[in-house]
Amino acid sequence: MDIFLISLLNGLSYGLLLFMLSSGLTLIFSMMGVLNFAHASFYMIGAYFAYQIGVWATHLVGPNTGFWIALIIAPLAVGLIGAMVEKYGLRKVHKFGHVPELLFTFGLSFIIVELVQVIWGRAAVSYRVPPILDGPIEFLKDFGLTFSLYRGFMMIVALVMLALIWLMLTRTRIGLVIQAALTHPDAVESLGHNVPRVFMLVFGGGCALAGLAGVIGGPAFVTEPAMAATLGSIIFVVTVVGGMGSLAGAFIASVLIGLIQTFAVKIDFSLVDLFKTLGIVLTEKTPFFDVWKLTVSQIAPVLPYLLLVLILIFRPRGLMGTREG
Amino acid sequence: MPNNMLKFKPLNVGRWFIWGMTALLFLGTPLIFNQGFSITLLSQMGTTIIFALSFNMLLGQTGMLSFGHAVYSGLGAFFTMHALNAISAGKLWFPVTFLPLVGGLAGAFFGILFGYVTTKKSGTPFAMITLGIGEMVFASSLMFPGFFGGEGGITGNRVVGEPFLGISYGPAIQVYYLIAVWCFFCIVAMYAFTHTPLGRMANAVRDNPERVEFIGYNTQRVRWYVLIVSSFFAGIAGGLSALNFEIVSAENVSAIRSGGVLLATFIGGALFFFGPIIGAIVFVFFSVALSEFTRAWQLYLGIFFVLMVLYAPGGLSSLILMNLRVLSFSKFKRLLDPYLGVFIGAILLSLGIIMVIEMTYHLTLDASNGTVRKIFGFSFDTAGSTAWIIATSLLTGGLLVFEPMRRRFMQVWNTIQEEIEVEQTKKLVV
Repeated sequence: MDIFLISLLNGLSYGLLLFMLSSGLTLIFSMMGVLNFAHASFYMIGAYFAYQIGVWATHLVGPNTGFWIALIIAPLAVGLIGAMVEKYGLRKVHKFGHVPELLFTFGLSFIIVELVQVIWGRAAVSYRVPPILDGPIEFLKDFGLTFSLYRGFMMIVALVMLALIWLMLTRTRIGLVIQAALTHPDAVESLGHNVPRVFMLVFGGGCALAGLAGVIGGPAFVTEPAMAATLGSIIFVVTVVGGMGSLAGAFIASVLIGLIQTFAVKIDFSLVDLFKTLGIVLTEKTPFFDVWKLTVSQIAPVLPYLLLVLILIFRPRGLMGTREG
Repeated sequence: MPNNMLKFKPLNVGRWFIWGMTALLFLGTPLIFNQGFSITLLSQMGTTIIFALSFNMLLGQTGMLSFGHAVYSGLGAFFTMHALNAISAGKLWFPVTFLPLVGGLAGAFFGILFGYVTTKKSGTPFAMITLGIGEMVFASSLMFPGFFGGEGGITGNRVVGEPFLGISYGPAIQVYYLIAVWCFFCIVAMYAFTHTPLGRMANAVRDNPERVEFIGYNTQRVRWYVLIVSSFFAGIAGGLSALNFEIVSAENVSAIRSGGVLLATFIGGALFFFGPIIGAIVFVFFSVALSEFTRAWQLYLGIFFVLMVLYAPGGLSSLILMNLRVLSFSKFKRLLDPYLGVFIGAILLSLGIIMVIEMTYHLTLDASNGTVRKIFGFSFDTAGSTAWIIATSLLTGGLLVFEPMRRRFMQVWNTIQEEIEVEQTKKLVV
């Protein structure tokens, strides 16, 4: 039971982190039709910026202040870079169509990984959880649960952030303009709003969200040059499974995949065991024994992609998607 | 029967000339570049040409951007390797010359299987799904060490059985000619494919899928069939590279390979049939030759790629053709001067960029070997400020020269293009 609850919490926190990434990706996609291939790269930049700010802050301000400074500055810096990329790069290829846009962001992800290696080296950097947030949550310990305080902090940051975005999108003027520009960009433009600037804002905002996810995700996982590729394909799966351009779908899919991946690694159960309970014993001599003997935890890395394939076969528009194709 | 009398089929001299020259090029190149290193380079170019052309069947001809094409070439390579090992073990009899066919069939089989799912979508979702399938295959490759050989991959020996007419495929030059022959016939076959009804429908699906649906075609079917044909050729490329390197590992199905073929195809140009051939040659040169000199070659490749996307979306092939058009309208003389200016600016700028990148790379990754980095034969002390001042002044100076030169060039270029358009329409009217 304890393991179940802990895995549930871990899965939720991972899912929320995924949603911080996929929400930006989905917003950008539904607004501009651009799939930002470099989205996970901005996540990586966020983590590396936070690490660098931490190093500088230790010298300039004092030990253990870096994380809190980075929490504010790093996402802003990443968002600024994102806005610049939109203004000076993406806008130029926009007239050629969606495939060149995708290619541009693909090339960008290529360059970012290389630049990160040039600046910070190929090995992982030691970007750690700040001491205050290290260790388990005390009050959960009373119930016999050991859940990392930092994971809890991650969940809170993600939830606060998402609530703020929701409020901004639904309650503020700029949010209403963004929502209108999602579906009727021409009408919004003829009403006198600067739609390209709105696009730049949304792109920068999405990148800032990814950067924030990097700041809080970096210490929880590993801050290394491969971190963008690891998460990048997962968030694409999330957006397809949730339905292209649907925020609600992205949320459900993020949490679903977060839970699936966390639970799967805990289950040491294979098809051999299943057949054993049914009274059939499979041995090394059975054809395709390599397949039968795999445990659920071993196939955990593949599960999101299997989910993707299943969704595409049985519900091509995704969980909450509205359009096919 | 009277129909036979009316048929008039002149010998297509131009076509025979081009294919004849291609064949001669394949035959002759290793005679000129005959060192061991250049032979392996040429062999690699041959397999990459097939791979890039098969990729362009999707990207250029059907408008499908795939991020997982290495799945088909990689799986083709694995099946070829297993077939080769079965031959060595005496379990199977099959001539090594035709082994790439095994790879091709394996590729086509997985094209049927995965393509059914991926081609349900087009455009951007297709790209994302192919990425997902690619990741899935890559992740599974580490789960089945029996078939994929785990981290180390599987190895084989291509010298099996009795030599046939003295051909044992031991020496690298024999493998080169094997690849060259396969490559030549694959190019011919893929070119022929563009003229088949399916090849034509693929173009229609790329240009206007809605209208294709209206006429009564199923666009998903067209995409699927093209993907199967394309993965057949990708499998052949994989099989050939398996024979060439005698090792296949999980890296062969990885996203790195898929991204590589995308870069190669786009740099060469997806708009023309021969574009990917140029792209493959440039890409292999970049990845093999340049990686000998610098560890930052991928960064240069990425920058080169992004610049192509921004300023020359038609790739190198369209650049060549557009300049040829200017030449054929005898207006190239006016371009010479602007070209020179842009060239000087570009050289200064790239020297600055290369210096900054190389010195930063040296500082982060190679600092244990001292602070001196050799660039183009000159030694620079990365710890001192002199080198950095030179680099930044080259960078800013290059930028200051390049940007006005680029604007001047674009102005001349655009006026010339307009003039050509006018002259062309005049010709049509007359």
